[in-house]
Amino acid sequence: MKRVAITGNAAVAEAMKQINPDVVAAYPITPQTEIMMTFAQFVADGLVDTEVVTVESEHSAMSACVGAAAAGCRVMTATSANGLALMHEIVYIASSLRLPIVMCVVNRALSAPINIHCDHADTMAERDSGWVQIYSETAQEVYDHMFLALKLAEHMDVRLPVMVCQDGFITSHGVEVVELLDDEQVKNFIGEYKPWYPLLDTDHPITYGPLDLFDYYFEHKRQQFEAMKNVPRVYDEVANELSKLTGRKYPKIEGFYLDDAEYVIVVMSSTAGTAKHVVKEMRKEGKKVGVLKIRLFRPFPGEEIARVLDGRKAVAVLDRAYSTGAEAPLFCEIKSALYEAQSRPRLASYIYGLGGRDTTPTLIRSVFEDLISGRISREEKYLGVRE
Amino acid sequence: MSLKGWRDIPPAGLILEAGNAALYKTGTWRSVRPVWDESKCIHCHLCWLHCPDGSILVENEKMVGINYDYCKGCGICASICPKKAIEMKPESLFEGGE
Repeated sequence: MKRVAITGNAAVAEAMKQINPDVVAAYPITPQTEIMMTFAQFVADGLVDTEVVTVESEHSAMSACVGAAAAGCRVMTATSANGLALMHEIVYIASSLRLPIVMCVVNRALSAPINIHCDHADTMAERDSGWVQIYSETAQEVYDHMFLALKLAEHMDVRLPVMVCQDGFITSHGVEVVELLDDEQVKNFIGEYKPWYPLLDTDHPITYGPLDLFDYYFEHKRQQFEAMKNVPRVYDEVANELSKLTGRKYPKIEGFYLDDAEYVIVVMSSTAGTAKHVVKEMRKEGKKVGVLKIRLFRPFPGEEIARVLDGRKAVAVLDRAYSTGAEAPLFCEIKSALYEAQSRPRLASYIYGLGGRDTTPTLIRSVFEDLISGRISREEKYLGVRE
Repeated sequence: MSLKGWRDIPPAGLILEAGNAALYKTGTWRSVRPVWDESKCIHCHLCWLHCPDGSILVENEKMVGINYDYCKGCGICASICPKKAIEMKPESLFEGGE
C-alpha cells in the first residue's frame, strides 16, 4: 500500500491498470480523456495486457465493449456527458445482455449550451438503463469504487454493468492524496473472471441478441429486475470484503453527524464534502445539522433512506441535475421513499451546480438556514443562480 | 411449445442450443392463410420456389400442402400461382382449429 498525490482520473487509470482488463474500448471526451490517455500509456509501456480498441464514436465504444464482453472478456471503458448520451442505445443493450462492463463516468453537463464542467444530467439520463450507479465523493472513493464495481458486476447473482461516477474537474482533475492498494491485493480481491456464456466457447455455440417478441421479452426483463434486486445484498458482501482490505467503509448511504440531526441535507458526490465541512462549522454553533450522502443511486436504497430520515424536522435534497417539467431525480426518489415513513420530515428541493457552477460553503449554509427557519416551499429552489 | 416462466429460461434472451429455430412456430403471425386447391394444381413448383419461409410441402416432386406452423401468410404463393390454385382467406375463418 502506498500514498500518492494524484487526480481522480489518474486514480481510475491506476485502478484499471491493476485490474488489467482484457478489452477497453473508448473514445475521448473531456473531462474523461485523461483516464484513457493515462491508461493508453500503461498499454504502450507494456504494463497491462489489455487490448485497447480505439473507435470512431462512443456509440461504437460501447458496441465494442458489448461485443468483447459477450465474447467472454473482462471489459472496461470510460466516458462523459454527450459521449454517454451517444452510447445510450447500447447502454441498455449492455445491461439487457447482462454483461458486467465497468464504466467510469466523469460527470459533465449535457449540451446545449456546450459546457465541459460538472453536473449529473448525463448519468441521471441513464438512471433507468439497468446499470448499477455508484457516486464518488473523492479521488480515493472513485479509485476504491472501481474494484467494488468490478466484483459486484461479475457476481453470479448480479451480472449487470456498473457505472462509477465522479464529478468532472472537481474530482477528476483535482489532486488529492490517494492510498493505492498493492497489485497483488487487487488481483486477489477481483479474482479470475469467469464469463457466463462466452461467444468464443466454440464447443458450445450460442446466440446473443435474437428477436424476442411479446412471448418472452417481458420474462427477460423480469430476470433483469431480479438481478438488480440482488444487488443490495451482494453490494454489502463485496463492500465489506473491500473494507477489510482498505480499512475504509462503503455504505450505500452514509450519514455525517446524523444521530441527533434535525435538519439534514441529502446530496451525492463531491458536494457531500462541502456539506460535511459546513456541518462541522454549524455544529460548533450548536445547530443540529447533518448530511446524508447517497453513494448507491441504482438500485436506490429507498427503504434505508426512509428509516434514516424518518422523524427529522426538515430535509433538503440537493440535485446536480433536473427533470425538466417534473421533480429533480434525487428529490423525486427521496420523496417517494419517505411515503413509507412514520413521521415524514418537511422536504425541500434544491437544484445546484449546473454546468459546474461553484457550490460554496456559504450556499450550503443558506440551505440549512432555510430549513431551520422554515423557509420551505413546494417549488424547487435554484442554489446559486442569478434570479 | 408451451411458454416458460422467467425462472426457467436462459438469461438475456440467449439461445444456448444451435439449430433450434424449427422449434419456434412463427405461423401464429399470420392474418391471412393460403388455401390450396389440389384439383387446380399442376405441380409446377413456382410456389415452392418463391415461398420465403420454405412452407410449401413437397413429396416425390409433387406439392402436398402448406406448413402452417411457419407460413406467415405473405401471399406470394397465391400471387405467383399460374392456375390460381391457392387462395388467401382470412385467418378468422379458421379460428378454433385448422
